[in-house]
Amino acid sequence: MKSILKILSIALILSAYGCFKSKKKVHTNTEDIPVHREMKAELTSPPNVPRPVGERKAKKLIVEMEILEKEGELTDGVRYVFWTFGGTVPGSFIRTRVGDEVEFHLQNHPDNKLPHNIDLHAVTGPGGGAESSFVAPGHEKVFSFKTLNPGLYVYHCATAPVGMHIANGMYGLILVEPDGGLPIVDKEYYIMQGDFYTKGANGERGLQPFDMQKAVDENADYVVFNGNVGALTGDNAITAKVGETVRLFVGNGGPGLVSSFHVIGEIFDKVHIEGGDLINENVQTTMIPAGGAAIVEFHVNVPGTFILVDHSIFRAFNKGALAMLKVEGEENENIYTGEQYDGIYLPEGPGIQEMPTTDGVVESEIPAQNFEEQMKFGKQIYMQTCFACHQAEGQGIPNAFPPLANSDYLNADVNRAIDIVLNGKTGEITVNGQKYNSVMTRQMLSSEEIANVLTYVYNNWDNNKTVVTSEMVNKVKNK
Amino acid sequence: MFAIPFRAVFAYLIFQTFGFAQTDGMASIIGGRYVPLYGQDTSLVEVQDFELDTYPVTNGQFLQFLKDNPKWQKSNVLKLYADENYLRQFKNDTTLNDTENPNSPVTHVSWFAAKAYCECQGKRLPTIDEWEYVAMADEVTGDARKKASYNQKILSWYETPRSDERSIGQTPKNYWGVYDLHGLVWEWTLDFNSVLISGESRKDVDKDSNLFCGSAAIGATDLMNYAAFMRYAFRGSIKARYSIKNLGFRCAKNSKETL
Repeated sequence: MKSILKILSIALILSAYGCFKSKKKVHTNTEDIPVHREMKAELTSPPNVPRPVGERKAKKLIVEMEILEKEGELTDGVRYVFWTFGGTVPGSFIRTRVGDEVEFHLQNHPDNKLPHNIDLHAVTGPGGGAESSFVAPGHEKVFSFKTLNPGLYVYHCATAPVGMHIANGMYGLILVEPDGGLPIVDKEYYIMQGDFYTKGANGERGLQPFDMQKAVDENADYVVFNGNVGALTGDNAITAKVGETVRLFVGNGGPGLVSSFHVIGEIFDKVHIEGGDLINENVQTTMIPAGGAAIVEFHVNVPGTFILVDHSIFRAFNKGALAMLKVEGEENENIYTGEQYDGIYLPEGPGIQEMPTTDGVVESEIPAQNFEEQMKFGKQIYMQTCFACHQAEGQGIPNAFPPLANSDYLNADVNRAIDIVLNGKTGEITVNGQKYNSVMTRQMLSSEEIANVLTYVYNNWDNNKTVVTSEMVNKVKNK
Repeated sequence: MFAIPFRAVFAYLIFQTFGFAQTDGMASIIGGRYVPLYGQDTSLVEVQDFELDTYPVTNGQFLQFLKDNPKWQKSNVLKLYADENYLRQFKNDTTLNDTENPNSPVTHVSWFAAKAYCECQGKRLPTIDEWEYVAMADEVTGDARKKASYNQKILSWYETPRSDERSIGQTPKNYWGVYDLHGLVWEWTLDFNSVLISGESRKDVDKDSNLFCGSAAIGATDLMNYAAFMRYAFRGSIKARYSIKNLGFRCAKNSKETL
């Protein structure tokens, strides 16, 4: 009996060995990859990722993940109680390689109110681990799994009510690298989109509770990258140098919305579609399903600030799904020249249209008769022209577009304000102690319209109640 | 002129109404039938008349119990009956940590200890059905589960950190005259583990289990159940020897009439 077993096992080993030799892909069955030694996994908070696996062999990898329920900020002045894996939204990034035997320790902090668990999409097994990891506050659960399929996977909490646990921030990414690792690149970052549902409307201040009904309706108040509106803008922007290759591990925690991930001014050289093996090249926008991920790579050729958005564009400019990549280095005019010419365009031929009379803009046919009308007309213009960047309450977008509400910069000099609306503004300015460096284009508005919209702005949101007249505008125009 | 006598009479009347057949510090709950929050086959649950502690048991009260019953002190308790977190808020067997409030609900107690405490008072732990029955009331209504304000309040407590450190009796008194069912701590129930949640809440949907409270696949109409889902998930995650920072208890007993 024993000898038969022995023969059998030798035969098995031989056949397996044959397998190793014949193909470059060592194990057709990743289940058979042996593990060598034990190692504690390095976990990182977003936007950072742990070191690449490189050539390391499969190991027994110990992951210790702590669940924390804690209050944080969704955007300036808006507080929210986040439920987190590792203290951040998204949760800590886990980096493994195919064949690793992951021993997962899920620790529920004693101060937490609720039980939690974890479903890792990289797990082959019931519930993705959820069943084995259901853990009460002040306790720890341990389970193990083998990473069979390379790819980028979402993990999330799956405790009832599941949607609420995810909506409160309980998601993250786990990467399973192929044998030998992904090709080494210059920069790697971790970005994850999520939608948030608050009792108050977008921007309503104070501690905002989760709104179940809005979540059911998938009517998000915030759609953000990395857990809050300013997580990756201004000083928090991710960076690269001209000539480098950037790899983004992009996930979408949901719970409700699918992401149309796009980087303004870049084309993805490579996209691992849905985080799997299939690579698409030269992609403008890649779809990232809720509970899914993608690996995107691109070479940065020119300097500047590149805006990462969910191209369902109102989410980007009105709900927060906007991040920044700042690239430093030498200009390359072969690739991008910048503005070369600014002139008048006169169409020819039969389609000639009547040119506007006053400096390209027709005066309003019904001028405002009094202050109330100025405010009314001004509001209309504001909603058409200014709203997208400066937002409904003049609050602006942190680190991107300066506020008009209670703005020291605005109130300091009315002629400067008129000049900016007339001629646009570029370069760094400081508003209410914050630095901004964006571009505002010149606005195609008549003097009357500029007077109205500025009057509207000055007489709202705690500004100094200046009344602007078209004469004042003309004076600046004719300087 | 009439104010004072009238007030006195009024108070007397109130006292009379609620005072009969009632133990000190307990509220009389008049039984009834209700559809439990966890939607058990939409079957009605019947609750008999019973009495429930007006407040959760406090650190101070539990300390007295420990003095009277040394076998439940930290260093004496059987490991079978309490895990390592048992009475973490105690410096030693009979002293609370300096930071602890004697008037906060006692937590870090196991189910065994809670049960023993109640038995020493001639009481018992309430059943899930009893607890939920009283807890579905707000200040004015016996069953407030359909009110948005009721659910929102409970959910916002579930999201408030460190509420276990508050003193008892500061949340509004509910319809039955009971305080703090929501707002401070989770509470042990006699049969907490009769709810079988596998931990993989989505699977429970199509389980033959008659309790599908962990179900993730609920429609919008079930919104009112969300707070309850969280309670049931919590109960499903604990074991009788667990001692948790946000988990306390109160006692109940059968009404004298029903004895």
